[in-house]
Amino acid sequence: MARAHFDVKKQTGFTTIALFCFVMLYAPILTLVVYSFNAGTSIAIWEGFSWRWYESAFANEQVQDAAIRSVIIASFAAFVSTIVATMAALATTRTRPFTGITFIFASINQPLMVPEIVTGVALLIFFAIIKIETGYTGLAYLLIAHTAFCIPFAYLPIRARLENMDLSLERAAADLYATPWRTFRYVTLPLLWPGILAGGMLAFVISLDDVVITELVKSAGQDTLPTYMLGQMRRIMTPEMNAISTVFLAISILMVTVFFLLNRKKS
Amino acid sequence: MRPTRSAALPALREDRANRAWGLNIVSAAVAVEAKNVSKIFGAGVGEVRALDNVSVTIRQNEFFTLLGPSGCGKTTLLRLIAGFEMPTEGSILLDGEEVAHLPPFKRHVNTVFQNYALFPHMTVAQNVAFGLEMLGKGKAEVQQTVAAMLKLVRMEELKDRRTSQISGGQQQRVALARALAPRPKVLLLDEPLSALDLKLRKEMQIELKRMQLETGITFIFVTHDQEEALTMSDRIAVMSKGNILQVGSPTEIYEHPADRFVADFIGETNFIEAEVTERIGDDGRIKLPSGIQVPHKVTTSAGVGSRVTLAIRPERIDLVKADADAHFTGKVSNIVYFGTDTTFHIDLESGQGVTVRMQNRLGHRDVLQVGDVVGLRVEPEAMQVLRD
Repeated sequence: MARAHFDVKKQTGFTTIALFCFVMLYAPILTLVVYSFNAGTSIAIWEGFSWRWYESAFANEQVQDAAIRSVIIASFAAFVSTIVATMAALATTRTRPFTGITFIFASINQPLMVPEIVTGVALLIFFAIIKIETGYTGLAYLLIAHTAFCIPFAYLPIRARLENMDLSLERAAADLYATPWRTFRYVTLPLLWPGILAGGMLAFVISLDDVVITELVKSAGQDTLPTYMLGQMRRIMTPEMNAISTVFLAISILMVTVFFLLNRKKS
Repeated sequence: MRPTRSAALPALREDRANRAWGLNIVSAAVAVEAKNVSKIFGAGVGEVRALDNVSVTIRQNEFFTLLGPSGCGKTTLLRLIAGFEMPTEGSILLDGEEVAHLPPFKRHVNTVFQNYALFPHMTVAQNVAFGLEMLGKGKAEVQQTVAAMLKLVRMEELKDRRTSQISGGQQQRVALARALAPRPKVLLLDEPLSALDLKLRKEMQIELKRMQLETGITFIFVTHDQEEALTMSDRIAVMSKGNILQVGSPTEIYEHPADRFVADFIGETNFIEAEVTERIGDDGRIKLPSGIQVPHKVTTSAGVGSRVTLAIRPERIDLVKADADAHFTGKVSNIVYFGTDTTFHIDLESGQGVTVRMQNRLGHRDVLQVGDVVGLRVEPEAMQVLRD
């Protein structure tokens, strides 16, 4: 058979494999969403459509409490880590290469490479010492931990955008009498903005999503939404879990869509 | 500080009159001076000497061109003047003031970048206003200057467009307006025409020259295109391997190239080896390979008996009968017709090939044919003795 060029779509079995992957990815999620509307108390036997689990989830004070805490932690972590990541990205792309730049790059990305459970255990022990010394058991431990592991996620899109940016633009600004601060304010920052937003949103989603580190670091009564759900599932599974998951999913999809649109724009 | 305008008015009027005739009045005052400037990139084995002890003086109101092949150091010199690089050694004076270690935003020079470097998040007018705003000019002055600059580059109608919505040629004009708007003491142009197609490039050459005459700003223009350099410049510095080989007007550079590189880089040249047979002061006689001796000025250090290289432009050679009046004789090996002129390739008796170009002023006539024996005559002043 004569073919003009290689086309993956014409390979035998391509459609089958693709369909299989899609089903494996989305069938469980679809099931989860469908059963969140179950009128019965089972997560596996359909008994008709109802909003009752959404109502009960929203009315559940523990869920409200955990959700608010999750948003506070994620907002704080995203905000602080994005600022740190922006500064780190500027320092690793807008300076002359210096000795130790590879080391700095590696340490910024450390949370991506070290297994999460290791970081979690390390933080647990470290914070335990501080707790004993100071007696403080507030939210600060979670805020610090989340900020730290969010930095590389915020850093990557910002750095990518900086690297794609034409250096001669900043040179042109300096040539036109802009001091380094004004060059940053009027040229670098406006052009970097989509990258910063994308980094911030990625950090927000990552923080919102975290289970392992949160589970190990949190003090009593400091459940976030994911750790609350995990705790509930050890007892009885009702479609209330499905309802919370579905809302969670919707928020994630929304954030990822905005992230995608931001990245596509102007690049 | 700006020189008082009123005192300079009569001279300015005269200037204008001359400019109307396309004559540029270059004042004797110095705009930029580089003194013993060296720039070394890297260190150790990877060390690159981009500029090697370069000194050059650029006058006010001058259209000065740095010409040379890529890697000759011309862009490095420009970047040192702009402040994007600091010299390893030497000093750079702007209006007599040492600027070598000032950052770019403290130097009253502006640059037109090779890729234009327009701010993509701003409109055409915002781009042009940027420098003025950074200098802290008032709103009214900014608006007025921006309007004047957009008029100068004929871009008034597109002032509210984004820079991504205009063509390459238009971007070029905006880049020029942006760099000219703060009225810099010196405008630096880094191969600004290289991205344009031939027709647009020719247009912009004329435009650039017009803008330089209208604004009276010193232009320092970097190019590797010898034709561009010859047509636009008041003076040209020919560079090679981090050195300036010759500085002079286009005529000087073309008619009297100092050395083999300059002669070869600019236009077409025949190189002929000769020998100095007499020399008293600058007056001397040189013996051509054909054995004929001609009186000639010798300005290099070559003494009697030393061998020198002559550079002779193809259009400065006359084809004559092969008799005693001829400086050389040879055989026509090839004839190429170019419309405006015809090029003859001639093999001399010595075996060397020489190119002769004749204008077809009376129309092309097939007087000569391949294989004919001809004589060649060159006026002594058309034989340029090159520096070793």
